[in-house]
Amino acid sequence: MTIKGQAYIAGVFEHPTRKADDKSLAQLHAESAQGALADAGLTRQDVDGYFCAGDAPGLGGLSMADYMGLKLRHIDTTETGGSSYVIHVGHAAEAIAAGKCDVALITLAGRPRAEGMATGTAPRNYGAAPDVAFEFPFGPTVVNQYAMAAMRHMHEYGTTSAQLAWIKVAASHHAQHNPHALLREVVTVDEVVSSPMISDPLHRLDCCVITDGGGSIIVVKPEIARRLNRPRVKVLGAGEAVKHQMGGQVDLTYTGARWSGPAAFAEAGVTPADIRYVSIYDSFTITVLITLEDLGFCPKGQGGKLVADGNLISGTGKLPFNTDGGGLCNNHPANRGGLTKVVEAVRQLRGEANPKVQVKNCGLALAHGTGGSLGTRHGSATLIMERE
Amino acid sequence: MAAPERKIPAPEANPETRPFWEAATAGRLLIGKCKTCGKPHYYPRAICPLCGSDATEWVPASGRGAVYSYSVMRRVPVPYALAYVTLDEGVTMMTNIVDCDLDGIRIGQRVRVSFKPTEGGPPVPMFTPE
Repeated sequence: MTIKGQAYIAGVFEHPTRKADDKSLAQLHAESAQGALADAGLTRQDVDGYFCAGDAPGLGGLSMADYMGLKLRHIDTTETGGSSYVIHVGHAAEAIAAGKCDVALITLAGRPRAEGMATGTAPRNYGAAPDVAFEFPFGPTVVNQYAMAAMRHMHEYGTTSAQLAWIKVAASHHAQHNPHALLREVVTVDEVVSSPMISDPLHRLDCCVITDGGGSIIVVKPEIARRLNRPRVKVLGAGEAVKHQMGGQVDLTYTGARWSGPAAFAEAGVTPADIRYVSIYDSFTITVLITLEDLGFCPKGQGGKLVADGNLISGTGKLPFNTDGGGLCNNHPANRGGLTKVVEAVRQLRGEANPKVQVKNCGLALAHGTGGSLGTRHGSATLIMERE
Repeated sequence: MAAPERKIPAPEANPETRPFWEAATAGRLLIGKCKTCGKPHYYPRAICPLCGSDATEWVPASGRGAVYSYSVMRRVPVPYALAYVTLDEGVTMMTNIVDCDLDGIRIGQRVRVSFKPTEGGPPVPMFTPE
């Protein structure tokens, strides 16, 4: 069985807030859901499948189904960190192809800014996880784990801080056109590499923003997509993978995209050269560089050359990426950037991106999510979509 | 005035990993090894992550290895070096590089284990340059 052509993305929504002092977590989920349903031209009563992950309050899918008053015949709370929502689109397509639901609702929300969370610099203790005793005492944070991946990549392939900086520079060029972006100022390579060092070799401007907010995606069966008055975005292929420490055989130079990417391309029947636009999870600049290599946009080790010299900037570069400004400049709601990656890819395929960054003839796009940590264990999810 | 020290949170032992922490208290580093596939693994566990066998055992490690990667965390009151060290036995473990100039740490550098006290728990294996 394949999901190719079996499901369409009919609605997307990115919550405009970046700091939600006056809203609850459940409210942000529900407002996001309403936004995506309105975008699709559907209502709450049409939803019969619901997907959410670890950011949802209480008992996740149960609590949110209760809050939103959903009547469900399919529920999936797959949790792979920030990549969850990219996986959810693939799972929704599977469920629709199997007849388990017709209209799937995916939501994400969080308020780390309002809660004053030290997202990147404070170690997180995942309680009874079997790895905690062997890692937590050493102070692993989000940023220093990704930094170790960057350090090793530099060591093996000669990747430089200036090359990584180009990823932020490209994102900032896009964010200047996004009125909702948290950081709209265009920055230079020099500004990135001279920003304060957070954890070697990652500077402050190598790191994504911390924002409150949320988002939502509606996936529907083909018959429903055809009667909705919206541009049709077809799901062509999806791949997912989990990479970890492999029992102590640690290799930080690649990600699970090495496996999720080829799976998605094979199902879609296309190659990296066919892709017109990419949304790549950008928790840090290094995340983008290694992911692009693993997805096959360049040979392993050549990511530095691929991203340098403005190659990721829409309109001038060869591979336009994250045209909303991505997590580096626009938004990283709930410290989980996978959902907004799908949202901007759908905008591009519909021709609804900000005009200054809209990719011409954008018929085929890829969205990739990474959740967890490149330094330890993470989920990777690749989604390929086509404008019909 | 002495530089402030970073407080090390205590690792929580459980029935599966208690021998590791008892050995750590005695200053010995153990790793997991599988009697079925013959390979070492880390972090240590009852079921071999490489072949799935439950015939695992604790074996002593030399405590010597090389830095696989590292990063010096700067944006904290007391900077510290998170690292992966590849032991001579062939497994790579998360740790800290300590008792040295943090700016002098290099990938490939030879290091040796040094157990450091934690807040109310057993000591944890950190590494210092040889």
